[in-house]
Amino acid sequence: MAENKTVAKDFGFGEEETIMRDAVRRFLSEKLTTYTLSRLVADAPQPVYDEGNRAPWDSALWSEIVALGWTGLAIAEDAGGADISMAGIAAIAEEAGRAALPSPLLPTLSASILLRRAGGEVAARMMTEIASGGATASLAVTNATGSWDPADAPLTAKEDGQGLQLTGSAHFVQDAFKVTTLIASARLGSELVLCIVPISAPGLRLEQDHIHDLTRDQATVHFDKVSVGPDSIISRNAMGLLTEVWPAFLILVAADLCGASEWLLQTTVEYAKERIQFDHPIGFFQAVKHPLVDAMVNIDRARSLLYHAAAEIDAGSPEAETAARMAKSAASDAAAFVSNRAVQLHGGIGFTWEHSIHIYFKRNLHNQALFGDGVYQRRLLANQLIGPITDYGA
Amino acid sequence: MNTFDRKMEPQEFRAYARKWLEENAPPAPPERLPITPIEVMTVGQRDYLQDWQRKCYRAGLIGVDYPVEYGGHGQSGLQRIANQELERSGVPYLLNIVGLNMVAPTIMKHGNEEQKRKFLPGCLSGEEIWCQGFSEPGAGSDLSNQRTMAVKDGDDWIVNGHKVWTSLGHFAKWMILLTRTSNDHRYDGLTYFLCPIAGHPGVTVRPLIKLTGETGFNEVLFENVRIPDTNRLDEIGQGWAVAMTTLSAERGAAEGAGSAGSGVGDPAATIRKLIELARSTKRGEGLAANDPVTRDAIVERAILAEGLRQSAKRSRVPALCDHPMRLPLQTKLVVTEFDQENARLGVEIAGAHATLYKLDPRAPSSGHWPLAYLNSFGNTIAAGTNEIQRNILGERVLGLPKSK
Repeated sequence: MAENKTVAKDFGFGEEETIMRDAVRRFLSEKLTTYTLSRLVADAPQPVYDEGNRAPWDSALWSEIVALGWTGLAIAEDAGGADISMAGIAAIAEEAGRAALPSPLLPTLSASILLRRAGGEVAARMMTEIASGGATASLAVTNATGSWDPADAPLTAKEDGQGLQLTGSAHFVQDAFKVTTLIASARLGSELVLCIVPISAPGLRLEQDHIHDLTRDQATVHFDKVSVGPDSIISRNAMGLLTEVWPAFLILVAADLCGASEWLLQTTVEYAKERIQFDHPIGFFQAVKHPLVDAMVNIDRARSLLYHAAAEIDAGSPEAETAARMAKSAASDAAAFVSNRAVQLHGGIGFTWEHSIHIYFKRNLHNQALFGDGVYQRRLLANQLIGPITDYGA
Repeated sequence: MNTFDRKMEPQEFRAYARKWLEENAPPAPPERLPITPIEVMTVGQRDYLQDWQRKCYRAGLIGVDYPVEYGGHGQSGLQRIANQELERSGVPYLLNIVGLNMVAPTIMKHGNEEQKRKFLPGCLSGEEIWCQGFSEPGAGSDLSNQRTMAVKDGDDWIVNGHKVWTSLGHFAKWMILLTRTSNDHRYDGLTYFLCPIAGHPGVTVRPLIKLTGETGFNEVLFENVRIPDTNRLDEIGQGWAVAMTTLSAERGAAEGAGSAGSGVGDPAATIRKLIELARSTKRGEGLAANDPVTRDAIVERAILAEGLRQSAKRSRVPALCDHPMRLPLQTKLVVTEFDQENARLGVEIAGAHATLYKLDPRAPSSGHWPLAYLNSFGNTIAAGTNEIQRNILGERVLGLPKSK
């Protein structure tokens, strides 16, 4: 995320980004086949859905990923990161979606984008830790109502000597059980503060959410007078910062949606070529063929908007938020449509646990909601494009 | 002086084109122009637009990438810039849409040297208007079911048959004509001609009335029409392959010789018009622009408009396109349905006032929205219906089995 450049040619997706993205795609297609994924997270429904366990994930695979440097993609080179463009990061998040990778990759990328933008010593130290593989992070920025307004901080802060004391509960914290660290937002009087809090901090307690998605975990994180030293305060005046990096959070989720939706499309296309009914592969019939084409068109629109938003973020453009909300809206709606058609066009087998579609369907359902679905984004966009709803009276 | 120079770099050319269009934008037309060039009906409109196209051609904004010997300027990559500037400047569309978008690319690919020299300059300048003779009463989506027969007679061919939905046929000097020259082979029995139309013996052009009540296209009857063999494009029996070149050019998979307008305006401009409509439409005590459902629908359209713009950009970044034809082959489908839905939303927002025809002075936007909606089906049907487009995408991009 460089500052105030002009919008890059080719969305800032150059040779380096292509090489990285292709390497990520290759790695995941070898290490996490659909079969492996399915055995890992969905061997049987009972452990998660009846007994309330968290879905398993492959921490050994994650160690390999960290060693490959994926967590440092958004971090500057002098801090040990790869420093690729936002479009490159988005394309890699797409690959994570395509593989339905259970991991704290996206939360950690979101956190590192925030830290980079924040600047300062505290953030720099944390970035070095992330880039070296010593830390992973997630955001604790959502309150109990599930508001996606960065101003609605979940915690309250109190002055405590040189530092702060945090109290309250952060909700919908992604992959909290996989990360070492949280970036938490709290109200301090009229200001918003952003702090780094280790998961092991005294007074911090994770309460597992029971969720549909089998490829992540989610928690409500309770803060009971958690002490934060001055060396862990990123910013005491963070509203501007959080608003500025918010679009990047949206597009990482949008990218995951695009990747997972492309997997659903291609998987359904392959099935439509193989499955014979009425003496033809079902893809011969236009009732099957045409919705698959519509699915492709929807995904392609979302992807184009995604890379555009990424380039706007890189350029520090004032249009970045609009672009990101458009991308999230398009990606959420594309995902909803593709998930729906994938199950329907698979017919009976698509309705079973046996087929892996449900894993992607649920991942998409989860991501559609994160940071607001299509309708939510459009409501905010309308204020910008049409103007706020005025009082009655023409 | 702001004049065209063949040594211009792309950026200089863009600056030149922008300035030229600012300085040379024509005065308002003598009569209001229809929404798309294919509906131009009066001689007054024709003369005005033909004059405008000639000026653009002479300024180097049309055919700039075509070889000098065929009436162009031998550049590469400049036409796209000219098209963008033409669209951006809001000047009138170019009249010879069939010629620029379809005929010129087809002749470039399949024509012999003599044909290129003879036909391309007049096509680019707009001196010679072209129309397309593909569809027949029995050959619409099933285009290979051609019945118009061409029979060899010495150095000539004798043509008998019936073509329909012929836009601009009433002004055309030439037609790209698909005929059957053999009944033995469905596809290999087709041959493609460049057929004279205006004043040519045996050719009858008759107007057809669209669902809007306006004329706008024609049927063309051929009764023992004589065409010299030198007007045959490519080999006997190669008509299907040539027609596919024409259609892929029409569907936006290839770059035409000039921006004749897709019949769909600048997407962002259409969204602005919808917003203006919502802001000016009263709903009881309030405004349509305050209605959350209307707001959501408009923003959805705005997202699609931006999507079109960004997909055009992405199609030039191969690393971000999985299949080279995946985005180009979507253009016709996506653009025409975008346009249709915009018009439908305009009707919805206008509410009771959408009942008013353009003759009624109270009709909002001079009756634009309902007429545009009715008219939009021309584009979702022409150039291969959008159902055919979905077949093509499903088969050629997704690799699904061919539908019958």
